[in-house]
Amino acid sequence: MLEQDWIWGLIGGLMIGSAGALFLLMNGRIMGASGIIGGLVDGSGRANWTERAAFLAGLVAVPALLVPIYGSVDTRLTDNVWLLVAAGLLVGFGTRLANGCTSGHGVCGISRLSLRGLGATVFYIAAGGITVLIARHWLGVI
Amino acid sequence: MLRMVFAALAGGLFGAGLLVSGMVDTVKVQGWLDVFGAWDPTLAFVMGGAIIPMAIAWQVAARRKTAVLGTPIPAPAVQKLDPNLITGSILFGMGWGLVGLCPGPALAAATLNGVSGLIFILAMLAAMVSLPALRRTIASTGKTAWTSAR
Repeated sequence: MLEQDWIWGLIGGLMIGSAGALFLLMNGRIMGASGIIGGLVDGSGRANWTERAAFLAGLVAVPALLVPIYGSVDTRLTDNVWLLVAAGLLVGFGTRLANGCTSGHGVCGISRLSLRGLGATVFYIAAGGITVLIARHWLGVI
Repeated sequence: MLRMVFAALAGGLFGAGLLVSGMVDTVKVQGWLDVFGAWDPTLAFVMGGAIIPMAIAWQVAARRKTAVLGTPIPAPAVQKLDPNLITGSILFGMGWGLVGLCPGPALAAATLNGVSGLIFILAMLAAMVSLPALRRTIASTGKTAWTSAR
């Protein structure tokens, strides 16, 4: 971690929380990325699909517009197709089964002192930590 | 129309925050999970920073019946863990650790991640689309622990 990384982390975090606050107080919705996406693709969110689509359009477009300020941004994503497919399936199944991900359970849940939000966060961070331990330090595949 | 405007604003600010915080960098995210390697605490600052305005918003919301645009404020949190929540979170955490992507950053960095990002998103969407049918099948054929909670 570079010296200034935590400052940008904090600033970015405040922006993420402000986005959640805006979505809650204006639209009356919980800002959970997996729920917004999942409800759109599995049909359960048909009643408010325009709101979901508008949120996702902003989520995809605004970072793309801001990247030129940085010159370029390296996301250092793996190009291993098997890892990508396995991870995508696990994230898709897992977040929908648990009804939330880092934004819904982590940010929006913990901030309202939700036991489910806190519990989910403990389990996905623990599972992620064990996965990195095994895949990186034992198997050496990531 | 106003609902779409504010939804797009919230989505845009969310995406900007993910970019600014460095959470689109998959190696930084995996670094947070790599407690036994080169541990990177940045994610804790992001999460802490995000929880502050959101906690204030919940306090404001508690004093209102509806949001500004008329929708009811979401119901109070259910304070109960169940097998689906735990199983799902473990599966999600495994995928998150493998490549360092969760749903928000996967979309925020969709234009940066090229074909790799597209493969991840398509696999994620395929799982999301098929889960309801999969759960119905499991519920009708067996009495497994993780369907009993519904």
